[in-house]
Amino acid sequence: MKEPTADEFIVEENLVLTLYISGMSQKSMEAIDNLKWLCDKYLKDSFELEIVDIYKDPKLASEQHIVFSPSLLKKSPLPKKTLIGTLSDTKKVLQSLGIKIKK
Amino acid sequence: METLLKTPTGISGLDEITNGGFPKGRPVLICGSAGCGKTLFAAQFLVKGITEYNEPGVFMTFEESAKDLTQNFESLGFDFEKLQAEKKLRIDHVRIERSEIEETGEYDLEGIFIRLNYAIDSIGAKRVVLDTIESLFSGMENMILLRSEIRRLFTWLKDKGVTTVITGERGDNSLTRQGLEEYVSDCVILLDFRVIEQIATRRLRIVKYRGSTHGTNEYPFLIDENGISVLPVTSLKLDYKSPTEIISSGLPRLDKLFSTGGIYRASSTLITGNAGTSKTILAGHFAMSSCKRNEPTLFFSFEESPDQLVRNMATIGIDFEQAIKSKLLHIQASRPSLQGLELHLMVLHNLLDELKPRTVIIDPISSLITIGNTNEVRAMLVRLMDTLKKKQVNALFTSLTYDGQSEFNNSTIDTVSSLADTWIDLRNEALNNERVRSLRIVKSRGMGHSNNQHDFIISGKGFQFTSPNKK
Repeated sequence: MKEPTADEFIVEENLVLTLYISGMSQKSMEAIDNLKWLCDKYLKDSFELEIVDIYKDPKLASEQHIVFSPSLLKKSPLPKKTLIGTLSDTKKVLQSLGIKIKK
Repeated sequence: METLLKTPTGISGLDEITNGGFPKGRPVLICGSAGCGKTLFAAQFLVKGITEYNEPGVFMTFEESAKDLTQNFESLGFDFEKLQAEKKLRIDHVRIERSEIEETGEYDLEGIFIRLNYAIDSIGAKRVVLDTIESLFSGMENMILLRSEIRRLFTWLKDKGVTTVITGERGDNSLTRQGLEEYVSDCVILLDFRVIEQIATRRLRIVKYRGSTHGTNEYPFLIDENGISVLPVTSLKLDYKSPTEIISSGLPRLDKLFSTGGIYRASSTLITGNAGTSKTILAGHFAMSSCKRNEPTLFFSFEESPDQLVRNMATIGIDFEQAIKSKLLHIQASRPSLQGLELHLMVLHNLLDELKPRTVIIDPISSLITIGNTNEVRAMLVRLMDTLKKKQVNALFTSLTYDGQSEFNNSTIDTVSSLADTWIDLRNEALNNERVRSLRIVKSRGMGHSNNQHDFIISGKGFQFTSPNKK
């Protein structure tokens, strides 16, 4: 099967994302790699991404209700979603972020 | 080997059963079905830790919000807001919107670790509550991952040196739904709420407590406005003081039968006899003598209502009404079967604290025997006696014996006679054409006493001895 290219995906609105990681853990690193790859491939410039290390700001973990690490929060567009784990399930990630395949 | 250090729980009675409390710096699992008091148990451990042992605590709640918790425990006098303001308590509500969550790969619970670590360090917490961590599991796909993370969390808490109470809902075939008991190996406590013969009882059992001796029975516990109390609320110790002061039994002629001219203060007296041998009347005299000394008196009546008792006593010249009016006498009447045994004991304990009586009468103690098995009743009575002695209360118990049974062959006698300091036996025997009432002293610790039989009659003035008073 042919790999879909960037312009075959529709992103209706700019995605506002925050990735919460816990230091340099293996899972955190994997999540960063997976997300970067995904954004480069499918999102181009239509997203804002902030990466927060909860080790450096532990208070934030409670304020943002972080339980699982890594956690990717999609704040906008609604509905809000929290993607937990290494983001290795690309299909599920795209679906959860609301990225649709152009027919 | 290093001895196991303990952390007092702040739950009255539990420290006695566990020989000092929970294992210090280790996780403790409290499990039970819904509504059995798990959260309250955990909250009391935390709040008492702060108020009584100056150990700050972290309450991590997975179910109720901090606001709900605060409101729920307000009625018990747990002021969460104040404790938070004083930086003695931190509440962290772990709220998970399951519908917003997607699992996209492997994850860990580092969020929980960081939040706990932050909360613990910010107030120097020594105690932690996780209520109920199992709710993390609901709706999640990767159970194996979660389990190993929970295991890691418990180990981490242990390394952190905090004493942690983890609550868990009772599962079908295991103590908790997710088998948390496998990971908490130090101390597991099971709470139970059941209805036996229409009486709802809460019970507690220590399933395991590694490295420590502990009581293995099921212990009743109660939830009232003071929180949880596990019975026994008092320990079994023979270390009370014994006063040498002599008080009157209420009858000068009876006092003379003892070489000391009366009975010791804070001693316990047992009156046995068949039906109709005037046990209650003797108890009435005893109560009046206490009132005459201006000492508050508590009369537990399991057979007669206060009104009936007052009326009947009046016919033999014992003025209970005046004593009640002057607030020296308090009559607490209830049917023994109305409440469970532990509730009777609790009522008694509460009244002891409230009224601070110097004399307590239980008429008859044999009624209590009918509502529990002998072992249970005996254990309860032993504790009751110890409590009364500790509080330096004069105690008098009446006990009904039946025809045909010897005085040494009766369940009540077996149960209480060894606990009584003075034992008076009453009889009512048919002789010729009349019934002759008589009194004998079976024993009286620490004093000489008459060995004779003393006949008496009941007149408008109550007890009156008829036989000459021989020593």
